[in-house]
Formats: sequence, structure tokens, C-alpha cells
Amino acid sequence: MIVELTVNGEPVTARVTNPGSLLDLLRDELGLPGSKNACEQGECGSCSVILDGELVCSCLVMAADAADSSVTTVEGISPQDGLHPVQDAMLRAGAVQCGFCTPGIVVAAIDLFARNPTPSATEIKEALAGNICRCTGYGAIIRALEEAGTGVDR
Amino acid sequence: MSTRTGRRVGVPRGVVRDSPPRPDGVPKLRGEFEYAQDLSADGMLWAATVRSPHARARVVSVDLTPALAIGGVHACLTADDVPGRATFGLEHPDQPVLAGDEVRFWGEPVAVVAAEDANTARMAAAAVEVRYEELDALTDPDEADRRDEVFRRMRIRRGDQDLRGPIVVEGEYEVGMQDQAPLGTEAGLAVPDGQGGVDLYATSQYVHVDHEQVVASLGLRPDQVRAHPTGIGGAFGAREDVNLHIHLCMLALHTGQPVKMVYQRSESFTGHVHRHPAWLRYRHEAAGDGRLLRVEARVLIDGGAYASTTSAVLANACYFAVGPYRSESVSVDGVGARTNNPPCGAMRGFGAVQVCFAYEAQMDRLAAALGMDPLDLRELNALGTGDSMSTTGQVIDTPLPTIDVIRSLQAMPLPEPATSSHHSELPGGSGLTTEPHHVQRGVGYALGLKNLGFSEGSDDYAQARVRLTPDGAVVETAAIEVGQGLVTVLAQIARSALRISQVDVAHVDTSKIDSAGSTSASRQTQLSGGATLEAATRLRERVLAHHDGDQLDDDGVWKGDELLVSWQALGEEGWEETVTFRHPPTTGPDENGQGVIHADFAVAGHRAVVDVDTELGLVKVVRVDTAQDVGLALNPQSVRGQIEGGILQGVGLAVMEELVMTDGVILNATFTDYLLPTILDAPDVEALLIEREGSWGPFGAKGVGEPPTISSTAAVAAAIRAATGKELNRVPIRPQDIALE
Repeated sequence: MIVELTVNGEPVTARVTNPGSLLDLLRDELGLPGSKNACEQGECGSCSVILDGELVCSCLVMAADAADSSVTTVEGISPQDGLHPVQDAMLRAGAVQCGFCTPGIVVAAIDLFARNPTPSATEIKEALAGNICRCTGYGAIIRALEEAGTGVDR
Repeated sequence: MSTRTGRRVGVPRGVVRDSPPRPDGVPKLRGEFEYAQDLSADGMLWAATVRSPHARARVVSVDLTPALAIGGVHACLTADDVPGRATFGLEHPDQPVLAGDEVRFWGEPVAVVAAEDANTARMAAAAVEVRYEELDALTDPDEADRRDEVFRRMRIRRGDQDLRGPIVVEGEYEVGMQDQAPLGTEAGLAVPDGQGGVDLYATSQYVHVDHEQVVASLGLRPDQVRAHPTGIGGAFGAREDVNLHIHLCMLALHTGQPVKMVYQRSESFTGHVHRHPAWLRYRHEAAGDGRLLRVEARVLIDGGAYASTTSAVLANACYFAVGPYRSESVSVDGVGARTNNPPCGAMRGFGAVQVCFAYEAQMDRLAAALGMDPLDLRELNALGTGDSMSTTGQVIDTPLPTIDVIRSLQAMPLPEPATSSHHSELPGGSGLTTEPHHVQRGVGYALGLKNLGFSEGSDDYAQARVRLTPDGAVVETAAIEVGQGLVTVLAQIARSALRISQVDVAHVDTSKIDSAGSTSASRQTQLSGGATLEAATRLRERVLAHHDGDQLDDDGVWKGDELLVSWQALGEEGWEETVTFRHPPTTGPDENGQGVIHADFAVAGHRAVVDVDTELGLVKVVRVDTAQDVGLALNPQSVRGQIEGGILQGVGLAVMEELVMTDGVILNATFTDYLLPTILDAPDVEALLIEREGSWGPFGAKGVGEPPTISSTAAVAAAIRAATGKELNRVPIRPQDIALE
């Protein structure tokens, strides 16, 4: 089937293969590989996107169900050049190692700051509880987001 | 030639001891970094693997017809189609590329298919009809030992074997099977070159050893295969062994089209090796004052169906069976069993993790038997520079600040008892299950010792090349960046040696440079870093001598205040220097396990603080503080990243991570069922870096990746014992072990 939706502010029309997920649609049909596939079960958050204002695992959303919705991916958060302040804080804090979880963490952090501009460490942890990072031990991610929470332009 | 006056040579930015942002950080944060999963090529086919549903069975027949009848399927290959050597293996080529007459573990590849899209490939793999006749699977490693089904036996004897001590503690310990669970699954793309050769881009820790195995099994000349480093989402040991590499190249050459394969998560759990489960029996004997007189250990690990690195993991477990301690007399016997369980191989810590859990439990029990403080007992017996390894007799001639590690841990302040009853502070978390009055706090310590680099006489080397271009310098290497920050530290080393700021690191394929060795054994900063330092240093000396200059910086070659050659002109002169760096030579063991077995050592200690809900058996790891011997921290931020990440993998093994098996079948091969620590499980970490000069690594650096994972598990286990008073001789420690035993 053909679905129409808005991705990162741009209207797109895409062919959906059954039983494709929104993640497959983004990666394979729309050429947006920033959202990662690591577990296919919604456990790791590597595929996190914002769907009509809600943080979701795009691997758990049927592509057909995303018709007429608005989706923001990591590509839509990144400015034309350089980094969003949240991304920049993560870079400086050493919150990136292999980087496979990183786009999902960026998206989850943006969602957190939209709801809570100055989160505590506990609130940061609860907001990112659905994002698994196997490299960093999370310390640098928490430090980055604590700093970003005081510095993000809002 | 231009002249400037009053000009002093520029100070480069991003040199060693700095923590510059990693060069791949921006593309990773923007979602633009290319991982193996993201590769594509025109006309690309997708591959999938047919796997054994049995731990052991005879393959009666394989019928490919139903798969080939599906539209869009281009190839189905079996063992009969392997053009060269039928087997592969990291150390011993004993594993079939595709199983022939018999499958020997659950998930073993039997056939591979290529089709026009991923779904069709998976449908075709499911359509291949394999008839099996199930055979009795050997899944008990003790039974394998009795039947002499072993990959290696180890025997270490040192000192007077009749020596006995008045204080004796004995124990039996067990370590479950941990998975590396890197977030990126196995993935790759093979592209035929049209002349009978192939280019391979696949997840790897060691492209040259992939190359060797692909060449052998494809029956090609080495120059016909090029293995390219590619972006990978973590490794932790899981990517040393070949898995999809040969399959992809076979399919690409068979179809004449590029072929891509990506393992799904459940397939990844069967498609790579795991940390060896281990069974350990110990007897420590000490004098009345606490001096260790004798340590006896029996180490049994389950290597699974094929060799992988079991021989080396077993050896490491035995060499480090006493830990960072002196003992007058030692006896260690080791067995690497061959079973029909999933193959096990490298994971961060490589044998040293399993024994550390056991010997540190023994040290605590010995301290209790002696009525001594556990850290005082460790300090009394601490192994240091100039001492001989209790197991191998090797004299330690690089800095080993064990006592400094112990004293640093002792001096770190303990956290206040939890005062809040907010659920985020309680073991039950947002499940709201913990009653605060059931919470007991415990504190535990552990120390671990690990070799750095390859051991036992292997010719361990890394090659690196430094080239000058009009844009700066480029470090070329085939060493794999798995996420640890090699790409940052090699550039820092080159900047320090050349004294320029503009340095990039380029990953080049196997045809363009010799091996860098594996990104494992905590070795790349020392080995590839050593090669980079020597190449850059020599290059600078040659350039200055050639131009008769006295300084080099980003502007070019200087003599005094005079710029002799601009960087642009220098970069067009074609300067390059290639260096192959070797660490000090090692030897294999003699019949008693004695020898100069290891190139270097690192010691670390951990102090864990836990809160345990003793009623429900739930554990919250509050803090894990550490002191680690790092030689010199070339990039303190990256070192801290390795420490925090390594500690959390150790915490995972202590309280949640285990592949659960019945009759050789993994029961929890998904992220839903194999529990990984989340951000809510992560303890706070304070890390003290113990820096001492004298290692042979660049600027005195030591490898730092593995020590955080060696003793963090043991420290958490000790803390839970302190909180509960239970023996807890097995990790991971499950709720029922605390609440029901």
C-alpha cells in the first residue's frame, strides 16, 4: 500500500511492504538510516522516533499505522550543519562510543527536554530507561544531559 | 621560501593527555555514521542463513528445491559449495563453514541463501528442507572431561607441592554464560570485483584474520580478497571470530552480485561466541599471619562445539587463577571442554573474569577465617613490580601498583546510607515492591589482574603508516575502532609526535597495510599506538633532516624563525613512514606452565556498595568505585568511558546477564529475555587513575579496556554477601539465590 506522512517536516509518499515497520520504512524506503535496528522488540530504544509528539520505538509501529502522522527522527533533530545543543553536550561529555544507541538517545533526550527543560538526574534516568547503551555505562550520557538541561535554548 | 620574524612554533591541539572530541562523534550523533547495517550497493541481493534446530544431529538430506522455487531467490548454497577449505577457526580451523554430515550445536549454519530482498531471503531459508536424525548431545562439560572431549588441558605447578598452611578455605564457584550483546548485530556486504575476487565489508575486530580464513575457504589467492574495516556497533570479543564473512563472499562470487546480510537479534545470539561458563574449585592455605602459602585451583570451562579461542581463554584463566597475589606454592589444573553447547570464545576479560569471581571470594573467606580486614589481607599478599607471578614464575618488570590500588580504594569515602524512600533509591525501583525496612546495605571489594596484548609466544604486532598530505597528516591502519576511541587516541599520539594539530585517522583494507592485530586483549592503544608513535617520530626526524629544519608545525618546516617549507609544499613531497611495532617477546609454557608468558599486566580494584531487598532478593548496585593501573592516561575521558562501561558489564554478570540453556538450546536469545543493564541499573562510579611510568606502551600507556570488567563482578558479589550473609558462589546472583536459598 501507499502511505502519506510527514517526516522531519517534509511530506512524503512511500510504498509500504507488508509486514513492514515504521523503522523499515524510514531506513529502507526513505533513506534515513539514523534510526537503528538492534532488537526488533522495542527493548533497546535504538530506533526511537517522535511520532505525533510521542516517543516511540519505530520497530513496534506498523508502517501502515504511521499514515497521516508526523514523524521526527534524529536526522530531523540535527541542524543543517553541526550539532543540536543536546548532541553537542553529548560529544563534549564523551557520551558516544560505538554510537549505535546514540541516535535513539538523542531522540529520547529531545523528547525529555520538550516535557521537562531542567530534569534532575533521576528524571533523566527514568526518561532514558528504554534506551540501552552497551558501551558507556551511561555515566557520560547522564553528565551530558544534566549539562544540556541547563544550557538548551528553549 | 618565506620568512617570518618574531614567530614561535605553534603548540598543537588535541595531543596526548588531552581529551579531544572523537572525530566520528559528529556523524554518530547526527545519525550519519555508516555501520555495516547501513551499507548498500547497486544490484544488491540479501542473504539469510539456515540453522540447525538441534544441538546435535546427523544431516540426512538437504532439499533446496522449495527455496529455489520462490521468485527472487538467486542462490542456495550448502557445504558442497564451499570452494576451498571446508572449515574455519580463529586459532584452529575446526568449524565447518556450513555443516556437512553432522550439526554440533543449536543454531549451526547448514545453508545460506541469497534473494532480491531480505524478506524473500528469510522465506527461502525457512523453505529449505533439512532432514535430521537427532543424536545424543553432550552438554555436560564434566562428562566431556571424563570422555577426554577437550580442546586443551592446562597444568601449572610452582613451588613446593607439599607445602601446607594452618588456615585453609575451600570453595566451589560457578559463572554463567554471558553474552557480549553489542548493540549492532553482525552485518556485512560482499562485492564481487568481476575478476574472480571479492571485497568484504563486515563487522570485525580483526580484518586480517578474517581475510586469511576467507581466502582459505574460497580457495582464492590472498590478493583476490580485500577485507575492509567498516563501522560496527560494539564488539566486546564477539567479533573476533568469522560468522557471516565466508558465507557472504561465497554468495557474492556465486551470483556475481553484491550480497548483504544482517543478523537479527535472536540470530546474533547464536551467530557469535559467548563468554565461557566456568566451574571453579579452590583451596587456599595461609600462615597464621595471613601470608598465602598455597593455592590449588581446578578450572573447568565449556568451550562448546568448536575451538574458537577456548585454548587461549583456558590458559588465561589458569595463569590468572591466583590473581594479583603472591603465593609460595601453586597448583592449577584446567580443562577446556568440547560439548554440543554453543561455541564460546572471547569476551572482555578473556578467562580472567571467571577466576577472579572465585579467587576474590576465597580471599574474603580467608580474611574471615583469619579475623583480618579483607583489604589488609590483600595488601599483605599484593603482587607488585619485581615479584614473580605466582603461577608462571614470570618476573614482573613493568609497573604493577597493586598496593597503590588497594590504598586508593581504602581512602575513597563511602556513601551515606540511603535516606530517601523514593522508589528510585530502592532495589524494587518503580515496581514499588520494596519495603524500605527489608533493605540491607553491603560493601564489597575485589582486585583483578589481566595481561595486556597477546601471550604465550605469539608474534604479536601492529603495523601503522603515517603519511603527510597538503591537508595535514594521516594515520593509516587496519585496526578496528569498535567504539573505544582508538580513532581519537591514534590521532593524539601522532599529533604529539609530529607536533602538528591536523591529523586524521584512515581505516584501510587488508591489501593496503599489514595487520594491526585484533582489537582485543586491551592491546590497540599499546600496539597500534606504539606503531603510530614510532612512525610519526621517525617521519618528523626524516623531514627535519632532509630540509635541515629544527621545528615542524602546522605551518611547515622551520629553522629558527624562518619558515623553510610551507605545509602545503611539504604535503606534496609524498612523505610516509610505515612501522611494524612488536611488544617484548613472550614464550609458551613449559610442562609446569612456567615461562615469560605475558607482555604486560594491569591491575584494578573495585569497591561495590549495594542495597539488597533481602525479602524479594532484589539488588540495587548503588556505587562501584575503582582505582585502575593505566600506565599513563593518553585520553582521560576515553579511559573513564572504558572504566564506566566495563564496570557496568561486570555488574551485568554479577546480577542479571546469563544465557540460559537446556540441552544445548538457548532459552533467552532476545533482548526481552536476556537482561542487560539499563540506565536505572547503572551505579555511580568514581574512578581514580593510577599512573606510573615504565610500561612499553606509547608514552608509558597501558591498555585499559578489560580491567574494569575483571573485578567489578566479584566486588558486587562480595557486597551482596556482606548485605545478606549468604555464600552466593554463583553469578549471576538471581533473586531466588538471595530470597529463597
